[in-house]
Amino acid sequence: MRKIITSVVIAFAALSAGTAFANTGAVKLMDAGGSYNGPFGRFDRAQLQRGFQIYKEVCSSCHSMNQLHYRNLGDKYGPYYDPKYPNPNDNPVIKAIAKGYTVKDVDASGAPVDRAGIPADRFVAPFASDYDAKQANGGVAPPDLSVITKARHGGANYVYSLLLGYDHTPPHDLVIPDGKSYNPYIAGGIIGMPKQIVDDLVTYADTPENKGIKATADQEAKDIAAFLTWAGDPHQTERKSAGIATLLFLFIMTIFTWMSYQAVWRNVKH
Amino acid sequence: MSGPSKYVPQSGFEKWIDKRLPLVRFAYDTMIDFPTPKNLNYWWTFGAILAIFLGIQIVTGIILVMHYIPATDRAFMSIAHIMRDVNYGWLIRYMHMSGASFFFLAVYMHIFRGLYYGSYKEPREVLWGLGVIIYLLMVMTAFMGYVLPWGQMSFWGATVITNLTSAIPFVGESIHNWLLGGFAVDQPTLNRFLSLHYLLPFVILGVVVLHIWALHVPGNNNPTGVEVKDVEKETLPFHPYYTIKDAFAILVFLMVYFAFVFFAPEALNHPDNYIPANNQVTPAHIVPEWYLLPFYAILRAVDFDIIPGIFTAKLGGVIAMLGAILVWLALPVLDSSKIKSMRYRPLARIFWFIWIANFIFLGICGAMPAQAPWTWLSKIGLIYYFSYFLLILPLVSKFEKPKTPPASIADSIANAPKGEEPNPNIVGVVQN
Repeated sequence: MRKIITSVVIAFAALSAGTAFANTGAVKLMDAGGSYNGPFGRFDRAQLQRGFQIYKEVCSSCHSMNQLHYRNLGDKYGPYYDPKYPNPNDNPVIKAIAKGYTVKDVDASGAPVDRAGIPADRFVAPFASDYDAKQANGGVAPPDLSVITKARHGGANYVYSLLLGYDHTPPHDLVIPDGKSYNPYIAGGIIGMPKQIVDDLVTYADTPENKGIKATADQEAKDIAAFLTWAGDPHQTERKSAGIATLLFLFIMTIFTWMSYQAVWRNVKH
Repeated sequence: MSGPSKYVPQSGFEKWIDKRLPLVRFAYDTMIDFPTPKNLNYWWTFGAILAIFLGIQIVTGIILVMHYIPATDRAFMSIAHIMRDVNYGWLIRYMHMSGASFFFLAVYMHIFRGLYYGSYKEPREVLWGLGVIIYLLMVMTAFMGYVLPWGQMSFWGATVITNLTSAIPFVGESIHNWLLGGFAVDQPTLNRFLSLHYLLPFVILGVVVLHIWALHVPGNNNPTGVEVKDVEKETLPFHPYYTIKDAFAILVFLMVYFAFVFFAPEALNHPDNYIPANNQVTPAHIVPEWYLLPFYAILRAVDFDIIPGIFTAKLGGVIAMLGAILVWLALPVLDSSKIKSMRYRPLARIFWFIWIANFIFLGICGAMPAQAPWTWLSKIGLIYYFSYFLLILPLVSKFEKPKTPPASIADSIANAPKGEEPNPNIVGVVQN
């Protein structure tokens, strides 16, 4: 038994060494306090809806989310999931959201047309091309947000910290070019995106779930972080539930295997 | 431990097939009756664990290819499609991703065990050599697999590593362009990497078959390093004794693996690989996956030209990196000690522990930016890495005064205190 423990400890040490040195963030991030952290953490549906609202009303004017379709918003564990509509394409809320967008398409003859969005459409991007996005944003295209929490060290905490990180004094030797801002949470400290998140940026829907929730900058940043975490990892809840079941199963099976092992070796001196 | 087969065909079918193609006899001899030393410890379970992981990687990989699109403008999105829209695609991909890490974790345990118990010594030199080839193939496969998602780290990792071929004097540039199918990593590179990433696991499978064959001729080494003298007294049939023990170890290992798959699937992945490949933007730090970091540190440690223009720093680094793996092949010659197990080699044992610590230390150096103090720390690591094989082991095996190993496995078992693994010191006293 001692040997097993030793092996497991060594295995973990090797793995955690690998993990620890993958994290080389310079500035300590603030904790977004997500309800979705940890094996038992789950998304708060009302928070995902608030986060989507901010994305829709604010972020989406510059940032695309090209890995998402409107139907995803009605997927199980998603912001607008409704058990009455297991197929999110039938969900009237999703249909209404999609309809609010104009999608560029071609008709049967191949001529370009504009039509209303449907749940099966991808999120409409703010710019027609990468080139346009660069032109409109000082030469650097705003990053796509589909997997932004996976594409940055710290994930949700990074998003939360960055959005609230505009009020720090820059170091005296750092020159901030015109039209750029100082933000200690971005590599290099200089960010193209101006400060966006302020108190009462949006008006949250007056629903029972949102009772007592005020649209403070802090709350808004947390809600966006939650929404983007869901968007980057929409199967997180399923994954964690499946994980708990799998590990329970393996644990029980391991105990039985251990007992069989002891029984088989009972009379062997080794 | 090949000997006369003890298989007796029972049913009519078994008798019929045994005269024509003795497949059942083969399976019986290798998986059921195979005599295995009684005194193996848990370090010997990693072979079975590795077999399971080769299986996991091949099965999940075959499914992933059904949904993956090897086109530079679509590969990244096809991974997103797998993660979001394919039924249980997230599970299959996360199993494949974390599977690579755990495959390497297990192979390192397996290699370290071989180094400690002298499993490379006579009569297992071929077995060991095949193992080194498997490891080399694993590294190539893992590297090419990491390119396929076509993220930033995929692209730049591929650029840095394929660029190493250009270090070869005179023909380097031609080889580089031939390997890439162009002047830079692009569509032709992605296509051939997918092809090879799909091919190599089956080559590995073939070499694994040879590896197991080469194991079954001399039989297992064991913690005492003393060869089996009495098959009756010192060995057990593989089944059920080792099938059940390996099953237990596999399950324990799988629990750790699945904990990562389900609860921390991105913990071992670099975030930059979720940014689509962009040949105009170089990431701040280009780092390989954790399991290749020690060799990456060795590559970067040679940062000075040996002969400017001909024997460049780059070429030196490539030779050091490849040499770091190939030197394992020469171990049976370099270590001439007659004693196999480090249990009875007090001096060599200390150097082995330092070597393991140094290997992990090199891994840390590999993860760090190429600047002081990490550049010269990697050099120290590199010097010890090679000294262990080329200097320390040859000398220690000449001058070391080893302890006396037990006369036989049976002796070691008989003298072990009840309920404990045989203790080398006690065995030594009894021997004297």
